Amino acid sequence: MNQALNKIVGPRIHPDEWAAHRGRYLLPTALLVLAAVMLLVSIFLPFWHMQLNAPQYPGGLHVTGYVNRLAGDVAEIDSLNHYIGMRPLNEAAQFEKATAVMMITALSLLVLGAVFIHSKWAALLSIPAVLFPVGFLVDLHLWLSYFGNNLDPTAPLSSSIKPFTPPVLGTGKVGQFETIASAQSGLILAAVASLVILVALWRHRAAYKPLLDTQAQSGSGDNPQKKPEATD
Amino acid sequence: MKTKLLGTLLLVGMIILTPGCGNGDSEQAPAATSNSSGNGGDTAAAIAAERELSPDDVRAALLTYQPSGRIDDYIMFASGGHAGQVFVIGMPSMRLLRSIAVFTPESWQGWGYGIGNDILADGNIEGRENLWGDTHHPALSETNGDYDGEWLFINDKAHARIAVIDLRDFETKQIVKNPIAINDHGGAVATPNTEWIIEGGQYATPLGWDYAPIDEYNDSYRGSVTFWKFDREKGRIDPDRSFAMELPPYWQDIFDAGKLVSDGWVFGNSFNTELATGGIEDGNAPFEAGASQRDADYMHIINLDKAAKVYEAGKFTKVKGFPVISLKTSIEEGLLFFAPEPKSPHGVDVAPKGEYIVVSGKLDPHVTIYSFEKMMQAIADKNWTHDQYGVPILDFDAVVEAQVEVGLGPLHTQFDNKGYAYTSLFLDTQVARWTLGGAYSDLHDEPDWSVAAKTSVHYNVGHIAAAEGDTVSPDGKYLVSLNKWSVDRFFTTGPLLPQNFQLLDIDKPGDKMQLLYDMPMGIGEPHYAQIIKADKLKPWKVYPEVGWDPHTQSVSPDAVKPGEERIERNGKNVDVYMSVVRSHFNPEHVEVNQGDHVTWHLTNVERALDATHGFAIPGYDINLSLEAGEHLTIEFDADLPGTFTFYCSEFCSALHLEMTGYLRVKPTEVAAAVTE
Repeated sequence: MNQALNKIVGPRIHPDEWAAHRGRYLLPTALLVLAAVMLLVSIFLPFWHMQLNAPQYPGGLHVTGYVNRLAGDVAEIDSLNHYIGMRPLNEAAQFEKATAVMMITALSLLVLGAVFIHSKWAALLSIPAVLFPVGFLVDLHLWLSYFGNNLDPTAPLSSSIKPFTPPVLGTGKVGQFETIASAQSGLILAAVASLVILVALWRHRAAYKPLLDTQAQSGSGDNPQKKPEATD
Repeated sequence: MKTKLLGTLLLVGMIILTPGCGNGDSEQAPAATSNSSGNGGDTAAAIAAERELSPDDVRAALLTYQPSGRIDDYIMFASGGHAGQVFVIGMPSMRLLRSIAVFTPESWQGWGYGIGNDILADGNIEGRENLWGDTHHPALSETNGDYDGEWLFINDKAHARIAVIDLRDFETKQIVKNPIAINDHGGAVATPNTEWIIEGGQYATPLGWDYAPIDEYNDSYRGSVTFWKFDREKGRIDPDRSFAMELPPYWQDIFDAGKLVSDGWVFGNSFNTELATGGIEDGNAPFEAGASQRDADYMHIINLDKAAKVYEAGKFTKVKGFPVISLKTSIEEGLLFFAPEPKSPHGVDVAPKGEYIVVSGKLDPHVTIYSFEKMMQAIADKNWTHDQYGVPILDFDAVVEAQVEVGLGPLHTQFDNKGYAYTSLFLDTQVARWTLGGAYSDLHDEPDWSVAAKTSVHYNVGHIAAAEGDTVSPDGKYLVSLNKWSVDRFFTTGPLLPQNFQLLDIDKPGDKMQLLYDMPMGIGEPHYAQIIKADKLKPWKVYPEVGWDPHTQSVSPDAVKPGEERIERNGKNVDVYMSVVRSHFNPEHVEVNQGDHVTWHLTNVERALDATHGFAIPGYDINLSLEAGEHLTIEFDADLPGTFTFYCSEFCSALHLEMTGYLRVKPTEVAAAVTE
């Protein structure tokens, strides 16, 4: 059991090695902490924005998606959507919105946890955070598709609007409305955090692989005191 | 930009003056080739030539034309005369933006048809309905003598009433009936910080308009001025903190509030100091002659600050329950003074710095300028005689600063920021620009107290209004001449012709004031108007929250939330809770019994700009305008049985026609049969 745990946690750094190559180990740590902080900050930022342009709405209608709520002209968009039988926007992704803050916090903590793991398991802890921005867009696309394709057949304009899926990013068209969807600062920050994690994992691997190799050569995980050979 | 525009203007002018360019051949319109796409007939110059527009016409068009979507710089609030409304007009385009219903029911706004019925009822006279008014003089609320864009006050000359309009939603919030006067003409006027709204009476009656024979005129008939306390916090006049002053039975006319140096004082004028009582049918001189015999009437000079203290000290009597400072008290306490003024005046207008008061007697070709400082000196020196009621009359020569011969029929004066005053000339049908002296002397190049320019207007100008022209900081720029007759200016719309609002360019000093635009006013007869810089107004785009009661300016406890629509019956009382949204009412069916008392709560749950719905019930005289977020409650007795189709009376959406429902009132006998 203890051995398994040691294997997951990976080798510790010898004080001499730490003194000699501090930067090598600090870099992945700093990058992972940075990514975790970026993820936490993203909770407060808008992730997604859709502008709906029509002649009678100079300046358009706007809806802004945060991870846990919608803001903007939601009431007006709902009011218009009822003509085509679309469900109210706030009925979408209720589970995701309710748990998002908790989930993102958890993702961040996992990334922070990876700081203390010096084995390949660090990558496993970080992967959910890396995939988060893509997951957000996929989830959003599924909801848009579900809403656009499950219109109330008895709605006033049900006969004149065919089921549709507004593009999750980019430009679409429904009725007299042009829809322009774009990623916002929160999503961009989360995507940058993904890249930062990938870089961090690359540097992480570079830093700890020699330690792991040494550990493997010594045939035991309980001898972290052995000084690794210098790699450069 | 300016240079380019001027260059274009000059070129356009030259081209128009060139003969033979009517066909707009391209070589004759080099200035306009930039906007010509080979079609010479479409160039500005060619159009101007074809339409026979002079360079001045083109200039006027360019100064007033607003491309679609461009908002005007100034907003004019004009009274509506006996249409009983207020009109809101954009300037310089002179586009009518909307009317504000005040004393008279107006069905587009639903005013009197379910909206504002209680407010209109507050204007009842001894319990009698008076569903019209004669609005004369609008007054914007002021802070430190400058318009603040928050409130608008308007008088009803016919019934001596004052209304309060909230400029957040442009709706009338209050009507107060003057308990002691049956007519007014001396207001509405706001004091520099809107502490008081001044309402001077007009034709003398016994105070409280009780009966008295006309041969008791001198003893029983009286004039008055009322000072209404405005509670800005509540947005309402507080009648319990208001008072009036008894005045001699001269016919008081318009008042103005002092400002800056003369703050705390009020100036009014009067006519019929002859105390004429008319009687043309008995061979007496008619009022028009009898009231015009003397060369001078009396300007009224009132110490309002002191009068307020006298009122607070309880030195008043009550007439119809309303506090009135008697003439005797006013004289004893030194609240009221007169100064002789040219006869039959209308305007009494305080200059921007408050130190001059300009009076124009309609039957004297001069404007007379009084000095406030000299008035105070004459009062200190007791340089006065007395009228037959014992009111001190200050010595004319001791208080006059200057007189300027402006022309025939001077009526009303406004001011600009360049040291000029402007006076309307009713008989000459002109507007005169003349120079002020004293502190204004350096602002203009002409000699002090002299006429600088005159422009003819069409026709018979009454009041004039310059941009912020009665405040402590007039803007100049524009002046509107409110003409009583239009005669030949517009297409003849039968024998009843529109009034004519004419816009004058007063932006440049000197001897020219170009006439820029004629705006027909075919929906009322405005008297006075005030013009405010548009960016001082902060109107709501939609009501702040869904369920907003515009009378309390807060969310109504009866506001209907989507999903909570219902009909509740309690004995013979039926409460309908209805939401209103594009494009349906909810509920769509309401069935009641004949004789039920119906209380109908409606909330427009829209948040979109301009998403107004109507709610009309034919047969029950109900039509509402429900603006986005607005909540209204109406009540009626369902005494008329039948099937009534209520519907949205304001085109709201593609499915507007479908926005309807049924009110079925079950006849008593059917209802009885069902329950048996």
